[in-house]
Amino acid sequence: MSAGLSLERPSALRRLDAWIRNPWAQARFLWVGAIAYVIWTIVPVVIAVAFSFNAGKAQTTWQGFSINRWYTQDVNSVFQDPELRSALAQSFKLSALVVLIAVPLGVAFAIALDRWRGRGAGSANFVMLFSFITPEIAIGVGLFLMVTKLVMSVGLGFKSQVLGLSMYELAYPVIIVRARLLSIGRHYEEAAMDLGASPTRAMRRVLLPLLSPAILASVAIVFASSIDNFVISQRLCASAACQTIPIVIYSSARRSPLPSLNALASLTLFTSTILIALAFVAYRRLTAGERETAAGR
Amino acid sequence: MRKGNAGGGSWFPRWFWPSFAAPATIWLFLFFVLPFYVVLSVAFGTLDPIFLTAKPVFNPVQWDVTAFRVVTGKLLTSGTIEQQTLVRTFVYVGIATIACLLIGYPVAYFIARHARRTKAFFLIAFIAPFWISYMMRMFAWVNLLQPDGYVNRILQFFGVFSEPRLWLNGKPSTVIFGLIYGYVPFMILPLFGTLDRIERSTVEAARDLGAGQLRTFFRVTLPLSKQGILAGCIIVALPMFGDYFTQTLLASTRQTAMFGNLIVNSIETSLVNAGASLVVVMLLLLMVPMLYYLRSTNIARELAER
Repeated sequence: MSAGLSLERPSALRRLDAWIRNPWAQARFLWVGAIAYVIWTIVPVVIAVAFSFNAGKAQTTWQGFSINRWYTQDVNSVFQDPELRSALAQSFKLSALVVLIAVPLGVAFAIALDRWRGRGAGSANFVMLFSFITPEIAIGVGLFLMVTKLVMSVGLGFKSQVLGLSMYELAYPVIIVRARLLSIGRHYEEAAMDLGASPTRAMRRVLLPLLSPAILASVAIVFASSIDNFVISQRLCASAACQTIPIVIYSSARRSPLPSLNALASLTLFTSTILIALAFVAYRRLTAGERETAAGR
Repeated sequence: MRKGNAGGGSWFPRWFWPSFAAPATIWLFLFFVLPFYVVLSVAFGTLDPIFLTAKPVFNPVQWDVTAFRVVTGKLLTSGTIEQQTLVRTFVYVGIATIACLLIGYPVAYFIARHARRTKAFFLIAFIAPFWISYMMRMFAWVNLLQPDGYVNRILQFFGVFSEPRLWLNGKPSTVIFGLIYGYVPFMILPLFGTLDRIERSTVEAARDLGAGQLRTFFRVTLPLSKQGILAGCIIVALPMFGDYFTQTLLASTRQTAMFGNLIVNSIETSLVNAGASLVVVMLLLLMVPMLYYLRSTNIARELAER
């Protein structure tokens, strides 16, 4: 490309000069636009996180730095205010249970879709993708009416939140694991079975280890997405006991926002970021061998 | 090719694959299909004559459309709050979707074509909003847009306004801005997917044959990315249409209420019957783009091709 033609890199000053003379060349305006876009998306969130470390009560003026006032110290901090503490615990409990249900169901479903071409699997897949793009409010209202009009034994609250959300999150593991299944093919477990392994054993010893990067990615994404879920969790919650973090943020953002609300939101952000970063690193490690063979070819 | 290995039938017992598919299928049936049936049963059900609570009718033969007709009637009569809200929702979603495309396309084009060493950085920056909670991103703007917030302070500093503006007191522009901010990332990913798959050689061929930069873009790149544009617009517009929280957080007035607010208000004021009817109307309105999207894309295959 053009960059390869020039033997030495132009000096910074010369480059700046060229920029000013012709801002349209070599997609310079695209560079500026993309960087402006990143700033626009990230900076508001960074400011919100920064205010969770505000030493004062204000949400709009910086009053000094305090690492723990709104996390642990103040009466209204996340760990002291019973409403916020309960929301934090509730969110983690809900997301963990949703992961425990949605990921195994999704992985099994993805394997069935890919390896077994039964007639039922196709239409079940269609229903699943349909659930994935249906506006959440329709699903939320449907579940709300179901637990209040048809199966009253479940009732509104934590139980129905877990059941409803685990259905809604099903699509992520299915899509991720199917993509992985398509790229590894079916030779490995066939070889294992030719060598005498039973179908269940071939699944457990060959296919599951091969799928582990995708399963890991699914766990991270399902957790991060359920801890942020608002519409379904809110529609299925009728008491203070089942309020999750997004519900608390929603109900107090305009009413009486203290920086402890920023601290609460920041905690989910930190958790999701760490989880996704861990999953990414683990994914790279688990698939490192595959990339080397691909590059060596 | 598939016939060669007998579809796995020679190795696996008959029950093997169905038992893998069954749990998720049951889950989808119980918590997705069945709830919809209940929505229909409530929308086409009757009202208790004394308490006026909704009584679902589970037998489709006895479904009664009178209550449903009342709701659709209001939506079709000009001047009603319901119709104003519906029209407003179409306007908001339309403007926000076009704005998402206008912002998202150059950005996606940039990562696909021009970001070379910085591609990983930009991709991570663009995916970041996906794991930052939507509520948190909106909450961040609630504080920035307060009368004494940073937005007003910056605007006053540069002399754009002399008085602080009340952004959060029911301005349609603020709601549309919130929708754009919330949903742009969903536009960028499908666009990046299609733009990244356009062969460089196709573009180079156009340039070699004498087309200028702009002409190459409008005659080659843009037509080739039509699929991504459509998919992006649908995937952004669908959740916007059911969005009610952005409006509540950033405006919370009747003059900016959206269709989602109508549904939630009916449910929360125990007009469950009307709420269910509105959900049915919404799904009927969105059915065509939803089916189009499902037909035109295969998400898993696209991921595998990366």
